[in-house]
Amino acid sequence: MSVPALTGSNVMDVDAAKIRGAGSNVHFDKVSVAYGTHVVLHPLTLDIAPGEILAMIGPSGSGKTTALRAVAGFVKPASGRIRIGATDVTDLPPYERGLGMVVQNYALFPHMRVEDNVAFGLRAQGADKTLIGERVKDALATVGMSGFAGRYPRELSGGQQQRVAIARALAVRPRVLLLDEPLSALDAQIRRNMVEEIAKLHRDLPGLTILYVTHDQTEALTLADKIAIMRDGRVSSHGPTGELYRRPPNRFTAEFLGRANLLPVTVAEGAAGPKGMATAKLGDAVLAGAGRSEKPGDKTLLCIRPQHLSLTGDEEHTNRIVGTLKEVHWQGELTHLVLDVDGTPVRVSATRLPVSLPERGSAMPLFFTPGDTSLVPEDVRG
Amino acid sequence: MADAVALPAPMTRRVSGRLWIVPPTALLALLFFYPLALIARQAFLDDSGVANVAEFARVLHARFFLNALINTITISVAATAGCLIVGLVLGLILALVPFPGSGVIARLIDTFIALPTFLVTLAFTFLYGSAGMLNAGLMEMFSLQAPPVDFLYSTWGVILAEVTVYSPFVLRPLLAAFSLVDRSQIEAASVLGARPFRIVRQVILPAAVPALIAGGSLCLLLTVNEFGIVLFIGAKGVITLPLLIYSKAIQESAYQVACIIAVINIVLSLGLFSLYRFAAGRLGV
Repeated sequence: MSVPALTGSNVMDVDAAKIRGAGSNVHFDKVSVAYGTHVVLHPLTLDIAPGEILAMIGPSGSGKTTALRAVAGFVKPASGRIRIGATDVTDLPPYERGLGMVVQNYALFPHMRVEDNVAFGLRAQGADKTLIGERVKDALATVGMSGFAGRYPRELSGGQQQRVAIARALAVRPRVLLLDEPLSALDAQIRRNMVEEIAKLHRDLPGLTILYVTHDQTEALTLADKIAIMRDGRVSSHGPTGELYRRPPNRFTAEFLGRANLLPVTVAEGAAGPKGMATAKLGDAVLAGAGRSEKPGDKTLLCIRPQHLSLTGDEEHTNRIVGTLKEVHWQGELTHLVLDVDGTPVRVSATRLPVSLPERGSAMPLFFTPGDTSLVPEDVRG
Repeated sequence: MADAVALPAPMTRRVSGRLWIVPPTALLALLFFYPLALIARQAFLDDSGVANVAEFARVLHARFFLNALINTITISVAATAGCLIVGLVLGLILALVPFPGSGVIARLIDTFIALPTFLVTLAFTFLYGSAGMLNAGLMEMFSLQAPPVDFLYSTWGVILAEVTVYSPFVLRPLLAAFSLVDRSQIEAASVLGARPFRIVRQVILPAAVPALIAGGSLCLLLTVNEFGIVLFIGAKGVITLPLLIYSKAIQESAYQVACIIAVINIVLSLGLFSLYRFAAGRLGV
C-alpha cells in the first residue's frame, strides 16, 4: 500500500468503510462520582445517541474527564448506572466494555512497533491472525499511516502518534470511541488539521458514537453534534451545538462557548412564543432579540457575538447601540475593536473597516440584526 | 622578570584544578590499590617469599577450589533468581495494587538494606533452626522426636537467607521503574480488552526490564561475595570462595593459596561489576 500524504484532510479516507460499524448509545442515569466526601460529579443524566458526537467541555475540575472515565470503567460511580447500548456496564471492568479510547499523550506502547500497537486490542480479544492482519491494515489506512507500520512510536511526530492511537482504538471496532483531550498535546497548526481529520473520520464512520472531552471550544464547535457544558461537576447546559451557540441558555454557556457580548438590559415586551422576538431597553435604545419567557420589567442580558456587530447600518441591522471606542487591535484577517457601552465592554470582530475610524474616545454606533441576538438569563447556574 | 614568571590567571586555575586529583588518588592508592597489589603479589610468592607461579595452576585445578567456585556460582545464581522473583512479585503488588500502607511496607522492606546480613541469618536460626520456633512447634504438635524441618543448614538455607537480604536490591529499582510506567498506557490496554495479566506481561514488564537487569546484576555481584550469611549458617560442606579465602588465610595460614583464590574472586567480582555497569549504562538506570 502506498504512503498517503500526511497533509490536508484527505488522509483518513482509504478503507474507512471497512471499519464502519454500528455504534451504541450511551446513557448516564443519575451517575455521580465522589472521592471520599468530595463530590466531583453530581448526579448526571445524559444520553448520547448512536453515531452522535457529544463534546463535553468545561474548565478544569468541571467533571468532564471524570464522566468519561466513568464510561471507560476507571472511576466507580458512587450512585447511578451507565448503559452502553442495552448493556449495563456500571459494574463491568474496562476490558469488557467494548470501547476504544484515545488520550492526550497518545499512550502508545513504546516498545511495540506501530502495527503491534494497532493489533494489541485485537490480540487481547483473541482475534485470529488473518483478521488481525486485515484490521490493522484497514485501521492504518483509515488514518493515513499505512507506510509507518514498522516504525516505533519514538520515530513518529506527535500528530502521527495520535493517528496511530486513533487507529489502535478503531481496530477493535469499538461500540463507543472515547476521546479525552486528544489534541491538547499538539501544536496549533497540527491541531487544526487533526480537527478536520477527525471530522472527516466521523463522516466516513457515521455509525461511530464518540464522547469527546475537551476544554477547547473550537474543537467542540467543529466536531460535535451536541455539546454538554460542564461546570462544578454538573451539566450547565446541553443541546445541539448550533442551538447552544446561537441561543445560550445561561451566562456561563454564552461566555464559555465562543466569545459573547452580554449587555444588561430591561425587558420592554416579552416574546410571543419560545422562539419569538422580545424587546429590551438598554439606556434609551430599544433592542429586539430572540426571547424565552421574559416578562416586561425583567432584568436580563442581551447576547450578541462580536462577529455579528456591524459598523454600518442597513435594513437588516435594525438594532443600534452607541459606544465609546477604546481599543483597536489589527490581527490580519480580522480587526478587533473594544467599545464601552454604558459601562460594559463590547467586542467587535470586523473583517472590513470603514476608510476612517473615529479617534479613540469618540462615540461610535454599532448595528446588529435581531435574529443574531438572544436574551440570556443572568442568574441561572447549572 | 616578574612578567616572565607570571602565569595568566586561567592557566593558574587550570593547574591548581588539576592538583585536586592528588588527594583522592592518594587515598584510593593507600586504602584500595596498595592492599590489592599486595594480595596480587602474594598470590605469586610462596609463604617464604619465593616466587612460585606453579602454585597458581595447582590451586586452579584443586578439588576444594573447584567445589567452592561451583558452590559460589550455584548459590549466587539461585539467590539472584529468587531475588528477581520475590522482588518482582512484591514490586507489582506494592506499585499496582492499591492498598493503604503500601508506602510504609516498601520502606520497611528497604530497611533490610541497612541491616547487617548475618542478622537475618540469626533470625532464621530462631525461626527455622533445629531448636527454632517452627521445629519446636511441630515437634510438640505431632509428638516428634527429631526436628522435621532441616533445610537451614544446607545450600537452601544460604539461598533463602540471601534472597531475604538481597531482594530489596531488586525491589527498589523495580518500584522506581513501575512508578515511571505511564498509567494511561495501562488504561489504554485495559480499554482495548487486555486483562490484568496480559497488561503486566506486555505493557508493564517490558518497561521494567532495565531495572530487572540492573537489580539482578547487583544481586549477583553481592551474593558472589557474600561471607557473613554463609559463615553464620555454617552449613556442612557449603564452602564458597569468600569462606574458602577466610579458611585458608585465618585457619590454615596458607596465605598464598588464600591470595590466589582472592585474586580469582576479585576478577570474578570486577567482571560482574563491569557487566552491571555496562547494563546499567546501556539501559539508563
